[in-house]
Amino acid sequence: MTAAGQTAPTNRWLSATAWRQIVRDMPLVPLSVLLLLLVVIVQVLQPGTVNSNWVAVTLRQAVPLAILAGCQTLTMLTGGIDLSVGYIASMSGFVVATFVQQPGGWELGMVVALVAAALAGLITGIGVGVFRVHPLIMTLGMGLIVLGLSNVWQLRMLQTGAGVPPELRTIGSGLTLDILPNSLVVFVPLAIVLILGLRRTGYGRMLYAIGDNPIAARLSGVRSWQVLVVLYVISAVLAAIAGFIQAGLSNTASVALVTPYLLPSVAAAVVGGVSIFGGRGGYSGAIVGALILTVLSGLLSSLLPEPWRQIVFGSIVVLVAAAYTRVTAES
Amino acid sequence: MTTQPVLAAEAARTARGSIRVLLRDNAWMLGLLVFMVVLLGFTKLINPFYDIKSLQGLATSVLPLALAAVAQTLVVLAGGIDLSISSMMAVTSCAAAVLMQQYPGNEVALLIVVGVLILGLLLGAINGGLVVLTGVPDIIVTLATSFVFAGFALLVTPRPAGAAAGWLKDLVVGPLANIVGLDAIPRAAVVLVVIVAVIWIPLRRARLGLSLYAVGSNRLAAFRSGVAVRRTKFLSYVIAGLFGALAGLSLTASTGIGSPVPGPDYVLLAIGAVVLGGVSLAGGIGGVVGPLLAVVVLQLIRNDMTFLKVDPNYGLVAQGFLVIAVLVFGTLVQLRRRRA
Repeated sequence: MTAAGQTAPTNRWLSATAWRQIVRDMPLVPLSVLLLLLVVIVQVLQPGTVNSNWVAVTLRQAVPLAILAGCQTLTMLTGGIDLSVGYIASMSGFVVATFVQQPGGWELGMVVALVAAALAGLITGIGVGVFRVHPLIMTLGMGLIVLGLSNVWQLRMLQTGAGVPPELRTIGSGLTLDILPNSLVVFVPLAIVLILGLRRTGYGRMLYAIGDNPIAARLSGVRSWQVLVVLYVISAVLAAIAGFIQAGLSNTASVALVTPYLLPSVAAAVVGGVSIFGGRGGYSGAIVGALILTVLSGLLSSLLPEPWRQIVFGSIVVLVAAAYTRVTAES
Repeated sequence: MTTQPVLAAEAARTARGSIRVLLRDNAWMLGLLVFMVVLLGFTKLINPFYDIKSLQGLATSVLPLALAAVAQTLVVLAGGIDLSISSMMAVTSCAAAVLMQQYPGNEVALLIVVGVLILGLLLGAINGGLVVLTGVPDIIVTLATSFVFAGFALLVTPRPAGAAAGWLKDLVVGPLANIVGLDAIPRAAVVLVVIVAVIWIPLRRARLGLSLYAVGSNRLAAFRSGVAVRRTKFLSYVIAGLFGALAGLSLTASTGIGSPVPGPDYVLLAIGAVVLGGVSLAGGIGGVVGPLLAVVVLQLIRNDMTFLKVDPNYGLVAQGFLVIAVLVFGTLVQLRRRRA
């Protein structure tokens, strides 16, 4: 294809290349257009829906998904994936809820949950980084372990009763001035740290390097296993934070609360232009991806019954991924 | 490079050498077999009432996972991965159960079974077609289709419903026949072996079997030696769809109903069984016997936990640990080999 482009640079071909370059190098532009388009569709189909309250509710809904998409972005940049985030997030929210009526209160619960999540991430990281276990399997296995242990914990804590602490509810579901979700207080700094961390810090560069070419990264002195261990700990802690916010948002806590968000979190990163092969993409794209999926899912749930919603959702993910592959592959 | 085949041939010439080669090539499977026997002995030790009847129950309960593991094996051998297997099982299981309730009768049920198998082939073709045509990574495609298929299953029936034809139920329960000598053999195990033998052995011997391994071990080399890479990949998903439908049917047969949410555990456990069964996730290495043994091992561990009155949730934990431990062990063996 490139040869054809060089020999016969017609106008049409040039513009197509230019388009590709835009999509490849600045995925935010087409993604934002797509997001706006979706919002317009919502407004056309259901006039009067789009107002400040709708924006607030949508943002509030998107925050946990966007954080989980962050886990996937970071791991996918190194060519991995984290399928344990759903279980770790649910576990964290649930642990906090069980501590509400315990001595120490939810603050202690939060510390326990964060430590547990970090521990799970540490083990995953050691498995992936040191023992070279495929991330897909390692995180699936860790997900099973976390789910099993949270079930055990649930049986232990059956008598004590559980409830989402009001502080978490304020953070997760509260709105300031009816426009700004309180969860942005957590999310905005987090997002800035992730975006800048990926773009400006050495650690971020190393993530890209490992995903782009692991051998080249190793030869240029990157200690991959250390980077990966830290990466999976970060991912697990992010998942725990998403779990706290989701628990506050839905005002429930169960060991399977966040598991339905696992697939959308991967989808958000993919839609946001993060390559599953590693080395390409960024967190800002994944955030827009999470917003797109949230708007889309809200639109579908208002139009279609649940089964069709799932079918359309899955199809759209494949379509977007296919479009990306087509646009970015040939160069 | 040229000396290696010669050496191997020389070693194979002597009887002792050929046994050694056989042992080395199947070391993992033999280890798994020994582990399974030890586990069976342990089960008998902690539960003296464990007998032939229990083995029949074991065979019935592992059948769906065993077929799902075979489906996953086929895809993994060709270098892919299928995260939609449990959703495929849900669709086929629900379709079979609901249809069999609406149109009772043993002869009609046979038609329904054939129809459901064709449905499985179609679902597999959707997966394979998307993977081959779009060029999107297998994980993403099958993750997305797992959504789509789960939606199909909910369309068929929003809650567990339906019924299974009598002969279908009889096919997976109890002994092979109530004749002395045959009453010791679990019927479900025979069904499993027959299904796998009828589909897998001809496949393995055919051109497609060879291309499956070729594509899985080195895509580019396979392409350059004239293997139809895309067609092979597509067909691996199609046949996996067939096995997924068989797994769904066996689920209906053993539970008597169809459930739209059979649990994502089947995906995880099937991948776990594939890994535990000595199939390389990178593709091209392994067979179906290992995963089948692994399925039995996984189920036995779960059963033993029940007999030991351990919280069954620890079974989940143990299975997770086992899969990871196997992979860590595999890496250590590889590292040692590389050093040697």
